[in-house]
Amino acid sequence: IMADQKTNKEQRYDRQLRLWGDHGQEALENAHTCLLNATATGTEILKNLILPGIGAFTIVDGHRVTGEDVGNNFFLSSDSIGKNRAQAATEFLQELNSDVSGNFVEESPDKLLDNDPEFFHRFSLVIGVQLPESTCLRLGSVLWSAGVPFLVCRTYGLVGYMRLVVKEHTVVESHPDNALEDLRLDQPFTELKNHISTYDLDSMEKKDHSHTPWIVVVAKYLENWCNEHDLQVPKNYKEKEAFRQLIREGIRKNESGAPEEEENFDEAIKNVNTALNPTKISSAVDDIFNSEQCENITSQTAAFWLMARGVRDFVQNEGNGSLPVRGTIPDMIADSDKFISLQNVYREKALQDAAVVAKHIQSHLQAVGKVTYPFNAGGLPVSPLCKNAAFLRVVRCRSLAEEYSVDSFHKDTITSCMDSPDSEMVLYLMLRAVDRFYQQHSRYPGVYNYQVEEDISTLKLCVNSLLQEYSLNVNVKDDYVHEFCRYGAAEPHTVASFLGGAAAQEAIKLITHQFVPFNNTFIYNAMAQTSTTFQL
Amino acid sequence: MPELISLSLSLSLSLSLSIHSMLVDGGTTSDWQGRWDHVKKFLERAGPFTHPDFEPNTESLQFLLDTCKILVVGAGGLGCELLKDLALSGFRHIHVVDMDTIDVSNLNRQFLFRPQDVGRPKAEVAADFINRRVPGCRTCSLFASGDRLIFFFSLNTEFHIIVCGLDSVIARRWINGMLLSLLVYEDGVLNTSSIIPLIDGGTEGFKGNARVILPGMTACIDCTLELYPPQINFPMCTIASMPRLPEHCIEYVRILQWPKDKPFGDGVGLDGDDPKHIQWVFQRSLERAAQFNITGVTYRLTQGVVKRIIPAVASTNAVIAVLYICADSAYGTLNNYLVFNDVDGLYTYTFEAEKKENCSACSQVPQDMHFSPSATLQEVLNYLTDSTSLQMKSPDITTTLDGRNKTLYLQTIASIEERTRPNLGRTLKELGLVDGQELAVADVTTPQTVLFKLSFTS
Repeated sequence: IMADQKTNKEQRYDRQLRLWGDHGQEALENAHTCLLNATATGTEILKNLILPGIGAFTIVDGHRVTGEDVGNNFFLSSDSIGKNRAQAATEFLQELNSDVSGNFVEESPDKLLDNDPEFFHRFSLVIGVQLPESTCLRLGSVLWSAGVPFLVCRTYGLVGYMRLVVKEHTVVESHPDNALEDLRLDQPFTELKNHISTYDLDSMEKKDHSHTPWIVVVAKYLENWCNEHDLQVPKNYKEKEAFRQLIREGIRKNESGAPEEEENFDEAIKNVNTALNPTKISSAVDDIFNSEQCENITSQTAAFWLMARGVRDFVQNEGNGSLPVRGTIPDMIADSDKFISLQNVYREKALQDAAVVAKHIQSHLQAVGKVTYPFNAGGLPVSPLCKNAAFLRVVRCRSLAEEYSVDSFHKDTITSCMDSPDSEMVLYLMLRAVDRFYQQHSRYPGVYNYQVEEDISTLKLCVNSLLQEYSLNVNVKDDYVHEFCRYGAAEPHTVASFLGGAAAQEAIKLITHQFVPFNNTFIYNAMAQTSTTFQL
Repeated sequence: MPELISLSLSLSLSLSLSIHSMLVDGGTTSDWQGRWDHVKKFLERAGPFTHPDFEPNTESLQFLLDTCKILVVGAGGLGCELLKDLALSGFRHIHVVDMDTIDVSNLNRQFLFRPQDVGRPKAEVAADFINRRVPGCRTCSLFASGDRLIFFFSLNTEFHIIVCGLDSVIARRWINGMLLSLLVYEDGVLNTSSIIPLIDGGTEGFKGNARVILPGMTACIDCTLELYPPQINFPMCTIASMPRLPEHCIEYVRILQWPKDKPFGDGVGLDGDDPKHIQWVFQRSLERAAQFNITGVTYRLTQGVVKRIIPAVASTNAVIAVLYICADSAYGTLNNYLVFNDVDGLYTYTFEAEKKENCSACSQVPQDMHFSPSATLQEVLNYLTDSTSLQMKSPDITTTLDGRNKTLYLQTIASIEERTRPNLGRTLKELGLVDGQELAVADVTTPQTVLFKLSFTS
């Protein structure tokens, strides 16, 4: 039965396992997320976590379901009206996937913060939806101290808003979209040099010549070039063009002197540009190496930093300034033998380097008195670490307190964005303004038709007091004040659903430690179909 | 352009008033207090950013609820999201079409389906679920493809808008062609009321796109065919004699070994959904790989290659579906192609895809074709299938010679294929074609014949 269950899960989750792998799925199935407020936005986010099989969810909501709630929420019915919203939504959501464990707490977040703030410590991630500013800030502070990631989401009329609050989030498997290959042609390691030297292009049979991997072709011609150019690889366009020409001339000719069809040489010429890129370490990875956590290894150090330190030690010693070899090569025209043996040269070097990195990590472990190799933070053994060494990422988001404090808020970011008065930044300022309105009047502007007109001037006062408090010399057009009164704090299902998808994906990134989360404020403008990310 | 907006989600008072008199009954009996409060704020309140033709009024909701007819093509990942979003936004008259049945691997994102629904038609299960969950919603389903689908289209052309959540380029091109064939031209001028807007898009992993097509006016699917790169097919010599990757080994078994070994009987084709078939391919692929010292063949990879699987998650579909709904709204129409990617943070970008002046589907002008008179018909055939802007699958070519219709080559009927096959080796001159000759080409990628004008090069 266990085997059956396993195959059934593999079948069910097949399409997503191809994205984040079995280890990513395991991380997801071990996660427990908390949702505050089962509004449409909240249930849509949970739906997109329950379908892929998150371990457990807990909804915290003290509200009773209204007719309005049922109208925009797929996970409530008219029978739910009057019931506690957390309970009603949990029933519908649970039904989506029996692998998932659903729980609910019939309590307002504020009450929980009053009576039992440590309630939130148990979660892998807390998602706060449609929270009033005061609750948001209180919760933000509790979660920041506890080190629990906090994702704030909000649908306000035709505006979607997300704010990620996490002190430090590390990623080994960032899955970059367009990664350059790691071929080391500018500084071939010994085994690669030896392998290249087994080829004598000029004396090869035509068939072999046409099926030699382009990497070997480029390496051979590069050797000749460097001998004649003071050991310098071609650097500028002129030199690269001359180098390409050299290769071109190497194409075998037939009896009449015309060049034969040699696709591998065509590939070599096409790849000269990227193949000659200097092997170097990105600034993102450099920053990781220079981080305090990487420098000071203690018994409390998280796995990621231990691994980063292992790589750094390698770079500074055996690697001679370079990362461990990645070990993969792209497919290319070649016969099987030549390709496989070339691939094995890279693979074996990668394994060798990984073993050295592992030794470094081991010695640090011993130095701080740990015996076993830690497998948290994505549970990755050394090999994927080295394969991804060039793409390690760390995301650090500022706290809500820092964003809101007059002393530390990002004035320059806000001001420069507002140079374009229709930038999404104005939507952020309007959200802050309606929060202010709520603080003062215990309601949002324009909820009822008769309020729309009169609330415009009141909301405008809130905007002005906000700008004044932060000494922001920016212009918020009246049109936006009008529009936000028009919204009447509505939560249209479409915008809620968009955020449902966007937020759920960010949650999955946080839980699996794969792919890179945004940093730290995302605004979706459903009027213009645009979006932007700010760091606030 | 403004009149077009009024055809879809953005509503003009006159239109909704005239519709009001044709109210379908039962429109409000399933409603409860406050049900449409969220929606009404956008239909009944004026705002500074709405399109100048948009007039808020209390009739608009009724129009949505009672009259607006939407066709959803595809009830898969995007289709489920679209049905939910439409139903909760007030649309009740929805038709959903899909030719597939439910598979276990759909359940991670196609949330209108449950394990007990596996094997049942997607369109039917989806429509049932939506109608039950959203009272008053009247989604009709059609489990069909091919001729039944063509018949359905011939009867049902009064959709206000069509949204496509398809997983094949051919199907998209077909719908595209169908809508183009409905266009009415009066003295060469397009009658805009014959336009049915098409919203299309797709997702793949963490990437997706949504686009608006106003057939006859804006870029159609075929105008931008290069945006759909042809599938990766490895060269035969690589597969047959010099494999390097595990994928090459799998393709070898699929393309060459299966037809030879006929492991499950004569004439039994490889069924990617049959685990026994995949298991067989997997084992043979391992053997093939071992011969060449290639590592990396797994069951998952085998299935992925055989079925050309595209990874998919619920979250991307949720995002893209909304972009469809918002693509044509009271705030204006998306102009006209939006891409989304949330691999690293979140990224959206919109650009205007341009209508191609000589598009083979929508330009109404014969396509230019240049060949030497000594070129063979095979070369013409290759051009039709290999060109990135045509990407035909199995074109049938006919022309008029001596006042009579002549089939030059037809693949789709075996007896005619055999009869016309020798023409492939003949030159255009030998076939009697002249400079300026018009060729009519039919293909599965388009419901309408495409006309080509042959120009001889020296």
